[in-house]
Parts: sequence; C-alpha cells; structure tokens
Amino acid sequence: MRYSGLKVITEGLFGNKGWTPAWRDPAPKAEYDVVIIGGGGHGLATAYYLAKNHGITNVAVLEKGYLGGGNVGRNTTIVRANYMIPGNTEFYSHSMKLWEGMEADLNYNVMHSQRGLINLFHSDGQRDYWVRRGNAMINQGDDAILLEREGVREHLPYLDFENTRFPIYGGLLHPRGGSARHDAVAWGYARGADKRGVDLIQNCEVTGIDIENGVVRGVQTTRGAIRAKKVGIIVAGRSSQVAAMAGMRLPIESHILQAFVTEGLKPVINHVVSFGMGHFYISQSDKGGLVFGGDLDFYASYAARGNLPMVEHVMEAGMTLMPMIGRAKVLRSWGGIMDMSPDGSPVIDKTHVEGLFLDCGWNYGGFKAVPASGWCMAHLMATGNHHEVAAKFRLDRFATGHLLDEEGTGSQHNLH
Amino acid sequence: MRLTCPLCGDRDRREFYYYGAEDYLHRPAEGAPLAEWDNYLHLRDNPAGVLRDLWYHEAGCAQWLLVTRNTVTHEILGTELVAERKA
Ligand SMILES: Cc1cc2nc3c(=O)[nH]c(=O)nc-3n(C[C@H](O)[C@H](O)[C@H](O)COP(=O)(O)OP(=O)(O)OC[C@H]3O[C@@H](n4cnc5c(N)ncnc54)[C@H](O)[C@@H]3O)c2cc1C
Ligand SMILES: [Zn+2]
Repeated sequence: MRYSGLKVITEGLFGNKGWTPAWRDPAPKAEYDVVIIGGGGHGLATAYYLAKNHGITNVAVLEKGYLGGGNVGRNTTIVRANYMIPGNTEFYSHSMKLWEGMEADLNYNVMHSQRGLINLFHSDGQRDYWVRRGNAMINQGDDAILLEREGVREHLPYLDFENTRFPIYGGLLHPRGGSARHDAVAWGYARGADKRGVDLIQNCEVTGIDIENGVVRGVQTTRGAIRAKKVGIIVAGRSSQVAAMAGMRLPIESHILQAFVTEGLKPVINHVVSFGMGHFYISQSDKGGLVFGGDLDFYASYAARGNLPMVEHVMEAGMTLMPMIGRAKVLRSWGGIMDMSPDGSPVIDKTHVEGLFLDCGWNYGGFKAVPASGWCMAHLMATGNHHEVAAKFRLDRFATGHLLDEEGTGSQHNLH
Repeated sequence: MRLTCPLCGDRDRREFYYYGAEDYLHRPAEGAPLAEWDNYLHLRDNPAGVLRDLWYHEAGCAQWLLVTRNTVTHEILGTELVAERKA
C-alpha cells in the first residue's frame, strides 16, 4: 500500500478501516542467501539496501525481540554531519544526503526535521576548535556557520549567557543538523525491505553461528537452524556476545547511556542545542516533549537502566544552561546499551570467517549513521568490497594503530 | 550503586573513577608483539554477567580497586585492593 496525504484524508473520512499491516510476519525458511542478525536501524537498513541497490532479496532479518525495540527506538534522534577527521567526515556526509532523500525513497514520514544544531563554546581555545571543525565540515561539502555570542543570542535568547563557570562565547551552527522520529526510521526501513521480499523474523534470537572449515554456513536460533550463504552481525550493544559465537573477541565494551523526556510543552526550543562542557544536549520533539541527555554512566553495563548520579548531573547541567526548563516535569527516563569502541568510531568489515560480516561500534552516535551504515554494509556484503565512504572502518585498525579517534581521548572505551 | 572500599568502607559510586576491565592489569612487556598490545588496549571479553574491573577511589583513599560485579544486575560481588590482589 502506498502512503499519501490523500490516503490519510480518505481513511480518516471512512473510519480508518482500510489500513493493512506494514509488513508480513513470515515463518523462517530453511535457507537464505543472506541472514542479518539484529533488527535495529542498521540491520533493517542493510536488508533494505541489499534488496534495493543490489537486487538481493532472499534475505532474513532475525530479531530476538521486536523490530525497533533496541537502541533505534531509545535514542535522542540527533542527526548531524559535523565530524572532522578523514574516515568519519565523508561517511556522515553521505549519511546526511541519504537522510535528505529518505522519506521520498521509503514513502514513509520519518519526521526528519533539519532545524539546525548549535554546539556552544565557552573559551578562546574552544572557539579555535570549533572554527577548525566548521572548516572541516565545509571542506567536506557540508554546512557550518560560526556564531559569536550575539549570534547565539538571536537563536537561543533563553540561555544563561552570564554563567560564571562557562560563559557563552559563541557556537557553531550546523543548519542541516536536526532530528527525526526514531521508531519511524525503523518502521520505514522495515516496510521497505519487506515490500522487496525480505523476511523480517521477530522473537528469533540467534544462539549460535555455524562455521565449517572457516566458512559460514548459517545460524542456530530459538526458532530452529537457518542456513545462509552470508551472515551479517548487526546487534549494537550485544556485539561482543554474538561475535563470540564465531570465536571473536571484539574491541568493544558495552555501556549505558540514559535519556529523558518531559511532559509536552508548547514550542520553546527550536534547535538542537549541545552544551559540551556540561555534557548536556536537548531538543524538543514534535509532540512537545523536551528530549535531552548527557554522558554515559561510565562503567560497563548491560542493564538497560541507568544510575542516579548521571540523572542528577544531567538535570544540573540543563538548569545551568537554560534555567527556564526547571518548571517542566520529567515524564520518563530510560537507558540503552552502547557498543563503545576504543577510538569512538565504528566497524563495517569482513571477519576472519568467510561470508561473515560485522557492523558494530556505533557508540552513542549510531542513529544518524543508520542510512549510510546500511548502504555501506549492504555494499560490502553484496560485492565483497568496502564502500569508499566507509573504507576506514576496518576491524584491524586497532591492531595496526590506524585509529579514528575523533575526540582525541585515547584508547579507553568509555571516554568517547 | 555503591562500592565497598576495603579501606574506606561502603561508599557512593560518585567517589570512584572507572577505568575498565581487569585486562589493564596485564600490560605486555616492552617490545611484545603488536597483537599483545591490541589485546591489552582494545579487545575485551565484555561479558553480560560477571566482570572484574578497575575502579580508582579518587575521592577517598586514592587506591585502585579490583571489583567483581554483575554487569546485568549491577550487583557487587566483591572488592579488593589491586595492590593486595590474590590473582
Ligand atoms: C539514550 C540514547 C541516546 C542516543 N542518542 C543518539 C543520537 O541523538 N544520535 C545518534 O546518532 N545516535 C544516538 N544514539 C545511538 C544509537 O541509538 C545507536 O548507535 C544505534 O541505534 C545502534 O544501532 P541499531 O539501531 O542497529 O541498534 P539496536 O536498535 O539496538 O539494534 C540491535 C538489535 O539486535 C538485536 N539482537 C541482539 N542480540 C541478538 C541476537 N543474539 N539475535 C537476534 N537479535 C539480536 C537486539 O534485540 C536489537 O533489536 C543513542 C543511544 C541511546 C541509548
Ligand atoms: Zn578507599
């Protein structure tokens, strides 16, 4: 079924009785050309582009829970292309272009809103850093505008500019940055993949990977064995466990990141605002809730809930930056499990097992990467070659020392 | 979450700085092959379950602790001083 404005209106007039399910609920077949482990944003996008770009449609996505129940439905939805170092900058630039065509391509409203992202700075040194980063973005063909203090005030008059510890010197505006509706991105890719013949199989946990003489043969699951010519591991925070089924030890440590949302308010925050010194960022959803978050809880964890010290820290940082939000009531808080890599950058690569591929290490920034990760992982799985914009996301870069340390914080997983 | 420091007793999580898994205790010898350094600096078992990891009692006695805990439930199973660890 094709979605359109007219369809919404006619369905509304006739009791919304004509809608059909957005995807099938098939039983797993005995064999597929490609099995994708993990029905998050990256797994679904990979399946979609395998079908759309490469004509590979005998594909199954195996999800242990329900589609979109992982981080793709738990994140704070910031979409940006403001990376600096070679390896990252071309990748996120490509991703942004895919975001800009996503709704038309998927025939799905993902509420992508390029409302502008402002990263604040608070000293001359930080100003130099953001000038350099803005130049890197412009060199990549993306957009960046340096705002001095008064420029920031025009956009964000409600900030506390006189803050003694972190006075606002200015900010870098990335006009094409913004947000999107996270669930809709998962659903849009799921529907698009299903329509092209991909089987989306939920409540199907992969419990083993079958390997014979160094070649992948298929997977064991809670719904039986499934043979496959190629298998992709795309399971975000669970990457270490699934890769261990193939005898791999990954450069990943899993950490919790929390997020918060308030009751719905009238529009007050029109941008995405990032306050790096306070480890705080915020935007307002189309429903009106203020959506905000901070840093990791900092210690390795698989509990999809956080600890109170970070809750307190995030609230304090928010109050410091924009005291006006103090009257809003927090409705919910939650956590997601992040696959933290030692340089803060991801992996899209082959493995030592023929036919087994790995896409992981997205840290807390993998939502914006969903389209390009799917695009490049599909390219790698279909052609055997690394896509040019993801050519540096190699698994062996840690052993060889070719790290992609965007923030320059060193090889400690929780510092990125 | 609270940790019991062998010297200071039961303390708030905020007094501690987190480093990472106990792999950091097994520093390779100088001139060791690159694979050993990779193992030490980057690769982790990353268990969903019992893990031993390193915490620094920054706002307390300034000792490094080896903590045994469950990464799924956040239960603390034991703490000892790195300086006096058994194994
Ligand atoms: C609080 C929070 C805020 C964030 N904010 C942002 C942001 O603003 N911008 C941004 O770009 N990124 C953000 N992120 C990061 C982003 O959400 C993740 O990097 C990204 O969603 C991870 O990829 P995914 O969507 O494929 O993961 P997931 O949705 O987690 O998908 C992985 C799937 O694999 C499944 N799985 C695991 N093991 C198995 C198995 N054995 N068998 C079958 N299936 C399995 C899981 O059930 C899960 O559904 C945030 C994350 C969190 C938690
Ligand atoms: Zn102590």
